[in-house]
Amino acid sequence: MENIVLPTKNTWCPGCGNFGIQKAITNIVSEIGKEKTVLVSGVGCHGKMADYLDINSFYSLHGRAIASGQGVKMGNEELNVICSVGDGDAYEEGMAHLIHAAKRDADITVIVHNNRVFALTINQATSTSPKGFISNSTPQGKTEEAINPLKIMLAVGAGFVARGYVGKIDHLSRIIKQGVEHKGFSFIEILQPCVAWHNTFADYNERVYELEKEFLPLQEAEEKVKEWDYNNMESKIALGVFYKK
Amino acid sequence: MKDFQIIIGGEAGEGSKKAGMIIANFFNVYGFNVFIHEDYQSLIKGGHNFSSISVSERKVDGVREEVDFVLALNEDTIFKHKNKIKKEGGVLIYDENCTDKDFSAEGFKVVKVPLMEIVKKVEGINLMKNTALVSSFAKIIGLKWEVIEEVLGKELKVELEKNIEVAKLAFQETETVKEVEAVGEKKGELISGNEAVALGAVDAGLECFFAYPMTPATGILRFFVNYDKVKTFQPENEISVANMVLGAGYTGKRTMTGTSGGGFALMTEALSLSAQSETPFVVALSQRMGPASGVPTYQGQGDLLFALNAGHGDMMRFVVAPGDADDAYYLTGEALNTAWKYQLPSIIILDKEISENTYTFKKEKQVEKREALLAENNADYDRYDGEDISPMAFPGGEAVVKATSYEHDKKGVVTEDAEAIKKMQEKRIRKYEKLRQEVEEMETVRVTGSGSVAVVFWGSTKGAVLEAVKDLEIKAIQVLIMEPFSKKQMKEALVGVEKIISIETNATGQLSKVLQCNGFKVDEEILKYNGRPFSVDELEEKLKDL
Ligand SMILES: Cc1ncc(C[n+]2csc(CCOP(=O)(O)OP(=O)(O)O)c2C)c(N)n1
Ligand code: SF4
Ligand SMILES: [Mg+2]
Repeated sequence: MENIVLPTKNTWCPGCGNFGIQKAITNIVSEIGKEKTVLVSGVGCHGKMADYLDINSFYSLHGRAIASGQGVKMGNEELNVICSVGDGDAYEEGMAHLIHAAKRDADITVIVHNNRVFALTINQATSTSPKGFISNSTPQGKTEEAINPLKIMLAVGAGFVARGYVGKIDHLSRIIKQGVEHKGFSFIEILQPCVAWHNTFADYNERVYELEKEFLPLQEAEEKVKEWDYNNMESKIALGVFYKK
Repeated sequence: MKDFQIIIGGEAGEGSKKAGMIIANFFNVYGFNVFIHEDYQSLIKGGHNFSSISVSERKVDGVREEVDFVLALNEDTIFKHKNKIKKEGGVLIYDENCTDKDFSAEGFKVVKVPLMEIVKKVEGINLMKNTALVSSFAKIIGLKWEVIEEVLGKELKVELEKNIEVAKLAFQETETVKEVEAVGEKKGELISGNEAVALGAVDAGLECFFAYPMTPATGILRFFVNYDKVKTFQPENEISVANMVLGAGYTGKRTMTGTSGGGFALMTEALSLSAQSETPFVVALSQRMGPASGVPTYQGQGDLLFALNAGHGDMMRFVVAPGDADDAYYLTGEALNTAWKYQLPSIIILDKEISENTYTFKKEKQVEKREALLAENNADYDRYDGEDISPMAFPGGEAVVKATSYEHDKKGVVTEDAEAIKKMQEKRIRKYEKLRQEVEEMETVRVTGSGSVAVVFWGSTKGAVLEAVKDLEIKAIQVLIMEPFSKKQMKEALVGVEKIISIETNATGQLSKVLQCNGFKVDEEILKYNGRPFSVDELEEKLKDL
């Protein structure tokens, strides 16, 4: 495998879930080739991916990677566009772009580094932080319910909806690759514990399991994504491709 | 008689704009310069819309207050405009059935045409009233039937035969009042400023156009959705638009957008990204009356300082300010070529009047695409190499192309190192210096006439100003390029000038402030900020005693 990790000084915390995603992207790029691949990243800890890999990249603004990414695809349809975005990035600042890209079936792959916290700005709650989450912006505990992004993606008609986990890199690499190969919009949420502000490794390790089927029919997928609602750590957490058109 | 002023008006939905366009075409065929100012409201049905048409042997792109002909599709139009009709030689033409009032004692000539009856006779639809009206008008001024047929054929896309029938009947039922003779060959095509922008962009190699609708820039989007060779797309909002433009630019595709102040406000973060990532970005910013939603379909020039300052950080840009369709065509070409040569944002600042008015477009200078500085697409490529302009490569080949919103090293990887930061800032400043030098070779100001008093103006006020000063000893100075601003050319333009007056359609004198910043003191300001453009007469009145 070609080494595509740049010698840039890496400033992710030791043990950060982003390392797993970096490994998965490296795996995929070595399979699909780097010439025709562009990584478009948002701004946050996740965005640094662009600085750490020796591949084409457009390091966009906070929340805007999905918009830039669609521009890249319209500019050159031969390119594989992978948007590395954060939860603050895509579910807060740039939510409209995510929903519309899914709805219009833009041929890009969105991977959400969901650490369920604004990490780079030092620990504030996002819309996928669990209810009750204590952070710098919610010292008394978050009062709002968490959203379930997979539900939203299915509701707006996304054609490929999956969830991966940085603790299962081979599985994660496989589903990202399927997302890249899927013609049309693909959405992959990645459970990415943030060891500094929201360390969910132990909980995830205990609860995650892989879906048996390659993917599910829409109605079944709609049921399945409700299994875990992001507010608690009581249920099991399914990984894999929930739905594929 | 070689100059005419015509008003044609009706309710929204009655097709007065189309009718105005048809009349403009008649005169275009007869070799006149034609200019149409559109006045309409932000509504779909009802209200009052009208077109003011200036017809002249010379280039006249402004409107006079006294008119020769008023063509009314409804009663409201008669009452709104009859006081402007010349008592001597003026004519009011209207639908017989639209009013029972009598206008015969007003002094001007009155021609009543049974428009509705004519339409009914051939079983046409109500909208065809406007066809009957323009045909009657053509007969009144003694135009040839063939011209009417030719123009209707060009302008009407549906139910042409029925319309021709309507026109024929109206033509037969009207008497000629005065003969207008042709004055020569066609002087140019009739196009709006928005269309001129689109044509200039196409000739400069435009490949993609992304936009979200906003008056008065929507006409550019309308042009491109009907133009196959440019990929056109309307995303969810202007933030998306601007970031998509940059994404497509990163792949090497010449891309632009068009919007008004509100949409441009949403694009400002991306504007700054264009500067930092050195990704070309082109926007046509068509101003309307602000602030905020303001008066959507009315004139304003309140966004100049915003255009010059929008975007955070020390960022460089190129800003052009066309004054009519010919300027818009040419300067859009310059904006696109410059954005790609210098890899920065270009803003074409327009206003409602230029965007939506119709001009006789002569294409005085042909726009050509100028190639950007390109690098070989090989493995040792660094995106931000070099002392000023870094040669571009695009993703898809051996080169790894890294563009970024963060300060970066030559490879395009983030840096926080003091030396490296300073170096990159200075690289961009050197690039701007180069641009500044090139701008000196361009026409940044245009001088007409001479005198110790100078009027300085920008944008669509050009038409009325040039007409108003033509017999006065006043030097007229139009600013064409706002940024980089050429002090040298302005200084030369002002040689022998003792008094500077700025003329603008805004409330705070934004061009004066730009001049002030560049060391030129404006002595007086003529400002208008009621959403209407200057008429020729009102400027003549203000300028004649100076
Ligand atoms: C327009 C804008 N608003 C705010 C910020 C500040 N900011 C930088 S990163 C960040 C949060 C990132 O959170 P997330 O997207 O979840 O990424 P993470 O750091 O968790 O990977 C914010 C708010 C910014 N850069 N731009
Ligand atoms: S703060 Fe969290 S997300 Fe950011 S590098 Fe550290 S562990 Fe990773
Ligand atoms: Mg986050």
